Amino acid sequence: MAAEVRSPIPGIFYRRPSPDADVFVEEGDAVEADAVIGLVEVMKQFHEVRAEAAGTVGTFEVENEGTVDAGQVIVSLD
Amino acid sequence: MALVARVLIANRGEIAVRVIRACRDLGVEAVAVYSEADEASLHTELADRALPIGKAPARASYLRPDAIVEAAVEAGCDAVHPGYGFLAEDPRLPAACAQAGIAFVGPPEDVMRAVGDKVTARAAAERAGVPVVPGTGRLSEASAAVAAAEEIGFPVLLTASAGGGGRGIRRVEGAADLPGAFAQATAEAEAAFGDGGLFVEKLIERPRHVEVQVLADDHGAVIHLFERDCSVQRRKQKLVEEAPAPGLTDELRTGLCDAAVALAREVGYRGAGTAEFLVDVAAGAFYFIEMNARIQVEHGITELVCGVDLVTEQLRAASGLELSVAQEDVVPRGSAFEFRINAEDPDNRFMPSPGTITGWHAPGGPGVRVDSGVETGRAVVPYYDSLVAKLMVWGATREEAIARGRRALDELTVEGIKTTRDLHRRLLDWDELLAGECSTESLERWLEGA
Repeated sequence: MAAEVRSPIPGIFYRRPSPDADVFVEEGDAVEADAVIGLVEVMKQFHEVRAEAAGTVGTFEVENEGTVDAGQVIVSLD
Repeated sequence: MALVARVLIANRGEIAVRVIRACRDLGVEAVAVYSEADEASLHTELADRALPIGKAPARASYLRPDAIVEAAVEAGCDAVHPGYGFLAEDPRLPAACAQAGIAFVGPPEDVMRAVGDKVTARAAAERAGVPVVPGTGRLSEASAAVAAAEEIGFPVLLTASAGGGGRGIRRVEGAADLPGAFAQATAEAEAAFGDGGLFVEKLIERPRHVEVQVLADDHGAVIHLFERDCSVQRRKQKLVEEAPAPGLTDELRTGLCDAAVALAREVGYRGAGTAEFLVDVAAGAFYFIEMNARIQVEHGITELVCGVDLVTEQLRAASGLELSVAQEDVVPRGSAFEFRINAEDPDNRFMPSPGTITGWHAPGGPGVRVDSGVETGRAVVPYYDSLVAKLMVWGATREEAIARGRRALDELTVEGIKTTRDLHRRLLDWDELLAGECSTESLERWLEGA
């Protein structure tokens, strides 16, 4: 069953821990529950976005450095 | 020489509004820029004209020198005011302005570089005879560290030369403890940074953060506008500031102010700047830490006690005019506080609290000034700093300023987002703050116990 990873807060979504680093996860990766999917920056503070369940990373619905609203789906896990 | 005629303000929020007001007072046109997130913001509306410069993330808008200068050229501006934060201390902006033949409201590019780099700023302070925190260069042997620490005087701090994040840091009380601490710290630094080199630095106990406001023009004038105490901090973020700094002797105050002027002269400063110091009040000693080449968030309390408009003086200096005040005209009067109203929830680990402001009432009356970037119906967007307003109060005495601070905080109403208002109100019943004895560590200790 597909699980959706949603941003808990509004802000800017990052797929990498820093601009020069590798992405946290690639589309198609298998991830465990609680794996870090990305970061959301809100007012200069960074918050981790984690997978609630294990699964395979689907297509990202928010681009790197794109804006997200609270509750917006970032990616689905199949 | 004449004043610049049209200023582009390369910022947003309350400081953009502040600069627009200074422009109005001088009869200068104000041009705003805005990101997609700020199209309906107060600064965009108040300016004579507003231009879009990019998407919401700051890196795609307010942090782009090319977009700023392009907008300035398009709007026919002859000056760019950077505010604070964003590009205010990025030498690329004065460089790009110079290339476009536009005045930059701040120091020249080379001066900004010199004061922005820790090593060259420290060297400039030493040349100007300004005390710096006693310390060494990179050391790799414990024996050299012992010798250096004996000369500096215990306690000392060992810090990783490559470092950060608290790793490779040890407080050392005496020579007997140093070799063991050195071995631990160097191993930690080696593991964390791949470099075991350490600095030895004098540990300033319970330091106060005191900063001196300076103004300089192109005609040789360098003056100071006395000091602000910014010791009430959390995670190095200032929360409450006051002027004058409480409990300083005349000798200490004069020493600080003269040091700031000497440093500004040494580097060839122009415009408004701030020299920051750590102060050991008990020892009557002070140490330069850094110089900020811009207007500060907390400049308003200096304006309240000195009666000088720092932003209009910045615009005069950037126009090549003389400052409108001489040192002997600057006579501080009374006492002022600033309370930073941030969109944060102090009851939930200062979690950011963006959202739409559904109710806003700003206090007024004698001795109250509110510099705000918001009002009822405006959004506090999640992409930038959490500062939404600065509540400032002035009183003929410190006690009167504190009483007015309580009254103004009680009157301030913010609905729709969480703010630091209630925290500030509690701080005004806190013994250590009321006694004027806060060091840079006090607030975090108080928050842990609260």
